[in-house]
Amino acid sequence: MTQKRTLTMITQRSIEEGIAMEKGKNSREYFDACSVIEMNELDMSRMGIEENTPVRVRSECGEVVVKAICGIQTLNPGICHIRQGVWANQVVPCKTQSTGVPQYSGFPVCVFPAPHEKVLSAKELIFQAVGMGWISDAKNS
Amino acid sequence: MPKILEDIGCPYCGCSCDDVRVVVSDDGKKILEVENACAIGTEIFLQATSSDRITRPRLRQPDGSWKEISYEEAFDYAAKAIIAAKKPLMYGFGSTTCEAQREAARLMEIGCGILDNCASICHGPSLIAHFDNGYPSCTLGEVKNRADVILYWGANPIHAHPRHMSRYAIYPLGFFKGNGFVERTVIVVDPRKTDTAGIADYHLQVKPGHDYELFNAFRMVMYGHEKDIPENVAEIPKQTILEVAGILKQAKFGVFFFGMGLTHTDGRNHNIDIAISLTRDLNQISKWSIMAMRGHFNVAGANRVWCWSYGFPYCLDLTKGDHAHMNPGETSTIDLANRDEIDLFINIGTDAAAHFPIDAVRHLKKHTWITIDPNMSMAAEVADLHIPVGISGVEVPGIVYRMDNVPIQYRKVVDMPEGMLSDEEVLSGIADRIEVLLQEQISGINKCNDEVTVHCN
Repeated sequence: MTQKRTLTMITQRSIEEGIAMEKGKNSREYFDACSVIEMNELDMSRMGIEENTPVRVRSECGEVVVKAICGIQTLNPGICHIRQGVWANQVVPCKTQSTGVPQYSGFPVCVFPAPHEKVLSAKELIFQAVGMGWISDAKNS
Repeated sequence: MPKILEDIGCPYCGCSCDDVRVVVSDDGKKILEVENACAIGTEIFLQATSSDRITRPRLRQPDGSWKEISYEEAFDYAAKAIIAAKKPLMYGFGSTTCEAQREAARLMEIGCGILDNCASICHGPSLIAHFDNGYPSCTLGEVKNRADVILYWGANPIHAHPRHMSRYAIYPLGFFKGNGFVERTVIVVDPRKTDTAGIADYHLQVKPGHDYELFNAFRMVMYGHEKDIPENVAEIPKQTILEVAGILKQAKFGVFFFGMGLTHTDGRNHNIDIAISLTRDLNQISKWSIMAMRGHFNVAGANRVWCWSYGFPYCLDLTKGDHAHMNPGETSTIDLANRDEIDLFINIGTDAAAHFPIDAVRHLKKHTWITIDPNMSMAAEVADLHIPVGISGVEVPGIVYRMDNVPIQYRKVVDMPEGMLSDEEVLSGIADRIEVLLQEQISGINKCNDEVTVHCN
């Protein structure tokens, strides 16, 4: 029996993301480093999520499909983490509390199993969001 | 014979390490080896001389493809776009030199636009708190030589500032701390058991978003109200709070480093405000300093340059023409984007498309988007005009400010690909072009007025 639970999302830097970013945001390394959500094992089992399978992460402002993995830097139940970058920013709320800084950490998300959905690339996510999805890779290169 | 360059500055994080050793090929065109830099800094140097660099400006065509244009054509396009825009915004500057930041100020002053830097989405709340409550800080050299207690709150330097602990804070052998880490106590406050927390003597696993309560509990101890502290504060047991507070009080020289864990969560500037108040309280008993873990290697430089130019470090509104104005929430990039007030976006020395919440990117992309950046970043991918420039700190020398606001002169390691310009030269070129176009407009109006006068006579 799976349960719907609200988790607290933290999006911050990791060294894997930093190295991959310098290789290029279209690189395989960047995709592997940033298109994952780190979760607590207990939360994964309660939500019926298997490790290394796609999940849909939904916040008040959007959603994104990423791959679920057990927390590399240990997470308590109730907390999840997507490394900063394109995938995390699909769900980061824009609200700034009048400081200019969005709510990059400490916002609620729901996570659902999505084993048959595709994890999109950084460029696909951004191009779709800004209405440039019609431009082919050949033209954009 | 390959050349070995010593004491090179690293263009990655706010540590601005200036002890990097770079081996360059005989012809001075290829970086072969990098020593002393962290894994991320090394990657920046090695990628700099990779073969897939874009070396000329490119303009987006109606069918979605790119057309290569000259720098002069790019200046003309950008200058006309700035003149035509009611509220242009130029944002970024974390990875540019102070010289380019100064030139950007000239450009947006002529262009009557908004000027903002990466602090707007990272340590902006810290700057607001500094205005309100001061900033009792020190240099990283003092940390290395004197500090016996290091407190990281909402910061994970192993991942975000990989050499911070080894070069400045914990492991180096200091003048008064000759035994390095064995003489220092490390405390980490973070909701996750991060790798940094893993090496700490004390890890306080605070409840996310409840940092302010924990600060208050520490301040209660400083003011002698221990008895009134509840058994648990922000999921930290009272006993732990008392024990850690005792270490803070007994420090001979304590340094409090804070990161995005405080500025990206609920409370924002209020978290930093109370952190500064706690530092002030601790200075009644011992000696403490506080320092923001700045992200980019020269984001502090943008704050400095614009402070001495206009009196404000970020979120600068120059649209009034005769005075600068700053009001985060009103003149900050994300808020301006959310309200759809911007009709031209210029991204420089950062990647707004990848690092802004997607709603903000969506709003900004409704209008013309120009990217000035050496790399094929996401901001370059979505741009209408991409102007590639030399890499600051690798191909372009200049002044940068470290996280402790110490200025460092960065040197050039290799030349830019032939025919390329630096960001300073590009910004200067656009500003000069705007001046010419505005002068032509004024001349045109005067000529028109003269003709009307003659006609009336």
